[in-house]
Amino acid sequence: MDFLSDHQPDMLPGRRQLPPIQGVIEAPHGTTIVATTFAGGVVLAGDRRATMGNVIAQRDIEKVFPADEYSAVGIAGTAGLAVEMVKLFQLELEHFEKVEGTTLSLEGKANRLSTMIRSNLGMAMQGLAVVPLFAGFDVDRDRGRIFSYDVTGGRSEEHGFAATGSGSLFARGAMKKLYHKDLTEEQATTLVVQALYDAADDDSATGGPDVARRIYPIVTVITEDGFRRLTDQESAEIARAILERRMEQPDGPRAALL
Amino acid sequence: MSTPFYVSPQQAMADRAEYARKGIARGRSLVVLQFADGIVFVGENPSRALHKFSEIYDRIGFAAAGKYNEYENLRIGGVRYADLRGYTYDRDDVTARGLANVYAQTLGTIFSSSAEKPYEVELVVAEVGDTPEGDQIYRLPHDGSIVDEHGSVAVGGNAETISTYLDQRHEDGMSLAEALKLAVQALSRDTNGSERDIPAERLEVAVLDRTRPQQRKFKRIVGRQLGRLLEEGGASTAAEAEGPEDEE
Repeated sequence: MDFLSDHQPDMLPGRRQLPPIQGVIEAPHGTTIVATTFAGGVVLAGDRRATMGNVIAQRDIEKVFPADEYSAVGIAGTAGLAVEMVKLFQLELEHFEKVEGTTLSLEGKANRLSTMIRSNLGMAMQGLAVVPLFAGFDVDRDRGRIFSYDVTGGRSEEHGFAATGSGSLFARGAMKKLYHKDLTEEQATTLVVQALYDAADDDSATGGPDVARRIYPIVTVITEDGFRRLTDQESAEIARAILERRMEQPDGPRAALL
Repeated sequence: MSTPFYVSPQQAMADRAEYARKGIARGRSLVVLQFADGIVFVGENPSRALHKFSEIYDRIGFAAAGKYNEYENLRIGGVRYADLRGYTYDRDDVTARGLANVYAQTLGTIFSSSAEKPYEVELVVAEVGDTPEGDQIYRLPHDGSIVDEHGSVAVGGNAETISTYLDQRHEDGMSLAEALKLAVQALSRDTNGSERDIPAERLEVAVLDRTRPQQRKFKRIVGRQLGRLLEEGGASTAAEAEGPEDEE
C-alpha cells in the first residue's frame, strides 16, 4: 500500500526490524484450508485448529475471511502474521474500490496478495511463513477461480480444487477422488468438509468437527451473488451428516476402483 | 520603490469569501435528507463518471458542491484518513465528527493562507446511526467552519431557496420514496421561483441505508431501481411506501 509505506511504514508487515533469533519461534500456526470450484462459483473452507508445537493453541480459530464482496482468503501458517496480512489485504481492496470507483479484477487481487506474501519472505525464512489460499468469483469470466501460493509469493491458478497447510496432502487426496466437474453447491460444501475430515483423520495439527463443543469447520461460498458464509447451523448439519456416515464407514465414501 | 497597496484583513477575507461563494454558486445544488432508514443524497449531475457523492467508510458518506478537482482531492484525503484510522484502531473508531474536523482544518488552513486561493467547495459529511437519532450530518462551508445539521441540508448554487423549501416540508420518518420525491421537487426550483423538470438520467442518488445487512451501508441507486422509487413517490405520497430493496 503506497500511501502507508510513505506515511507510516512501520504499519506494514515485512518492514519491521527483526530481532536476532536463535532456534525456532513458538507461535500459533493455522493448519488446513481447502477450496473447490463448482458450477456456479467456488467454495473455500477451513478447519478450526491452531497449533503451537505439539500444543493446541486454539480450538475455534477462524481462518477464512472475506477479502471483498467477490473473493475470500483462507490462511495457513503463522496465525498472527496471517491475520494481519488479511486485514491489510481487505483494506487495500476496499481502498482501491473507493478511490477508483471500481473494483480490482480477480487477477489483480491475486497478484496483490502475491506481493504481500513475498514481502514476508524474511519472516518466512525464520519459520514464520504465511501461505494463504485465495478464491473468488470472476465476474468478467463468470466462474469461480482458485489461486494457491508458496512462501516466496509464487502464485499459481488451480483448476478444480486446492488445499494448503499441514493437512493439505490428505485433503487433496480426498478431493482428488471425490471431485468432478459438475458439482452442485450443496455437493461442493459437502466435499470440502469431507476433505477436512480426512485431513483431520491423518494430520494431528488439523482439527475435526468437535461435536461436544459445537465447533464445526468454516465454510464459505462465493457465487455471482457475492460472498456468503454458511451459518453455524448449516455447517453443523453437513458435519453431522458426514459423521453419521463415517460411523459405519470410518474411511469415508469409496471411489470406484477402475 | 513602489509601496504595496494596503488591504485591510477584513477586506481581504471578505474578498476571498466572495470568491469562494461565487465559485460554489456556479455549480449545481445537491441535497442531503434524513429518511426513516437512513440518509439519502440527491443531486443533479449530468455526468455519470464524475460523482458528487461517495462512500468514505462503513457508515459515512460524502457529498460536495463546487469545483470537481478540489473536492475530489478532499474526498480522497478523507478516504485515506478513514481507512488509516480504521486499520490502526478499529472500524468503529472512524466517525463523521472526526472526519468533519479534519476537513474543517484543511479548508480553514487553505482559506486563510494568503499563498493559496481558497477552495471553491462546500462539503457535507453524513453518518448513519443505528437509529434515526444517531444520524449525523455536518455541513462544511468553504471557510472551514462546521455546521451541525438535522433533517435536511442543501449546498451549492441555489442552496438558500432549496433549504427553505426543504425545511418547511421535511418530516422525520419519511420513506425513501417520499424523501426522494421531496428532494427532486426542491432541486427543480429555480431562484426566480419557477420550476423545471429534472429527468431521472440527470439525477445522482445514493443512500446510507442502516437496514443494509453489509457492514458498508453506502449504496448508489441507479437505473431501474431509481425509476421505480421515483414512480412510487409520485403515485402515493401519503401511502405507506416500502423500504428500499436491495437488488444486487
